[in-house]
Amino acid sequence: MSTTIPPQERPRQAARPDRPTPARNRKTGTGRHSQRWLAWVFLAPTILGMGLFTLIPIVASVVLAFFRWDIISAPSFVGFNNFAEVVQDPTVRVSFLNTIVFVVVAVALQLGLALALAIMVQEKMPAWLRVFFRSAFFFPLILSAASVSIFMRYLFNEQFGVVNWLLSLVGIPAVPWLTTPGGSAAVVILVYVWQNFGFSFLLFIGGLASIPVETYEAASIDGATGWRKHLHVTLPLLSPTTLVASVMAIISALQVFDQPYVLTRGGPGDSTRTAVMVIFESAFQRLEFGQASAIGVLLTLIIMAITAAQFRLSKRFVFYQ
Amino acid sequence: MTTTTEHGLASGPTPRLSAGLPAVRTNRRRFSWNTALRVILLLIAAALTLGPVLWTLSTSLRSPSESFKLPPSFIPWNPDFTSYGQVFQQLNIFLLVLNSALVTGLIAVGQMVSAALAGYAFAHLKFRGRGALFSIVLATMMVPVQVTIVPVFMLIRGMGLSDTLLALILPAIPTAFGTFLMRQYFLGLPTELAEAASIDGASPWRTFRSVYAPLAMPGMAIVGILAFNFHWNEFFRPLILTISEQNFTLPLGLVSLQGNLGTGSISVVLAGVVLSMIPALVVFMFGQRALQAGLTAGTGK
Repeated sequence: MSTTIPPQERPRQAARPDRPTPARNRKTGTGRHSQRWLAWVFLAPTILGMGLFTLIPIVASVVLAFFRWDIISAPSFVGFNNFAEVVQDPTVRVSFLNTIVFVVVAVALQLGLALALAIMVQEKMPAWLRVFFRSAFFFPLILSAASVSIFMRYLFNEQFGVVNWLLSLVGIPAVPWLTTPGGSAAVVILVYVWQNFGFSFLLFIGGLASIPVETYEAASIDGATGWRKHLHVTLPLLSPTTLVASVMAIISALQVFDQPYVLTRGGPGDSTRTAVMVIFESAFQRLEFGQASAIGVLLTLIIMAITAAQFRLSKRFVFYQ
Repeated sequence: MTTTTEHGLASGPTPRLSAGLPAVRTNRRRFSWNTALRVILLLIAAALTLGPVLWTLSTSLRSPSESFKLPPSFIPWNPDFTSYGQVFQQLNIFLLVLNSALVTGLIAVGQMVSAALAGYAFAHLKFRGRGALFSIVLATMMVPVQVTIVPVFMLIRGMGLSDTLLALILPAIPTAFGTFLMRQYFLGLPTELAEAASIDGASPWRTFRSVYAPLAMPGMAIVGILAFNFHWNEFFRPLILTISEQNFTLPLGLVSLQGNLGTGSISVVLAGVVLSMIPALVVFMFGQRALQAGLTAGTGK
């Protein structure tokens, strides 16, 4: 450095050019290394855990679908036999059929109800009332499906249930809800929709909020009112949300288990047995782990096919702004 | 249900509507009728949503001998706590609550920590294969838990953990959705913070520990609340992975209580149900916004 600088100022001056040097070193050399090193340390719990408890089980599940195994004796390779047996098994067939009917009816009800309520809540009303409705519709989501099914079983009791008591007030005779196939299927659907419509409702509320007010103003200038306004403005503009909501609703409905298990145990007969209940029963009650895996693989394939189909359909029907 | 609706109509919105809408324009009156109809429909929906829960609460506060009686009660006028005493006798509810709290609490903390770390790595640290690895993590979200449960059950057996609480906790800690949420959260924080920290000579670890981690607390809270809500209510995995009653969680214990009692004393079972709802209610009251934000995260909004 220069000799003109007084000695007492020298350290300060010297420190300035010195300081960035180690920092620059870290950035280019050791910095990169320590970043990469740190990244793998940070990822370790998630990646190891997922590998062990998700990725390996996925592969194992597919492999297991080609074996016969009851845990006790050694597994034996049986090729596609498990799939052939499963596809021909009347209980499995009925259960998949039940699941499809359940998904169609429950998802239609859930989305229709959620959309209608979301549109009604978004229109003019006092703010406190809107907050109340939103919280009320959201509320069932925080409960456990098992608890809900427990109290719903009492509410739908044929003799002492509140539902039949309410129906008797308007002169409808007692409905045998949980003792007939049709009644049981209806209860499972109603209980499921009761608990889950709030999720679709939330999605629709978010979607409605993103539609610009000017669109509605333009529509009213063109003379659209009431339901026509919703038919021609809300529905097309909401279609991206509707797609997401329906994909999520269908995927979760395909996996229904808690409600039918607690409400009906799949009965009467096989009338409310679902695909996941059959996986559960063949694995953990009959110890046919290979068959259970085969059913699981089929269910996953159905879920993937539906997801793919919906996104393909969306290209044709969904209107993106 | 009817009482709630009538009550709501009588004291709820109707006076407010007439008070809030002075007759400025001629079509205001017709508009208010639409609003009234809309609010009535919404009140009916709200009554149908909350009615069953109110019935559960007030029936649990009836004496066991009266719990069958019709007309049903929706408001507990004369609360009777006999059923709450009995549920403690018939069910080892302390143990169930303890198990549920341990399982749920440890899963929530484990998810918050592991998701924050992994989310930070995916958002702000550079390493080879980052994009591909993140895609794999996201892809695991599509596989339903029911499909992997058989191998997970075998694995747990192989690890010597069958019929323990760890069997429920360990597989639930790695979270694809939580990692996704935390990555989004960290991406939302400005990168200038990292640059400033590194100019000051902070190591990548210190940058995370002292700059980003404290700012990420709200995101971690969302992950924790979601984990709590999901696993407190979880039924399928505990049903398979626990065998002896001493390892049951609350939902499992309650379902077995209903099975044992048949339709014996409704109010006792319902008392248990109400007790199991309390933590969920607390989350609902204090974390509803966070819960809603978390549930709808990543849905394109």
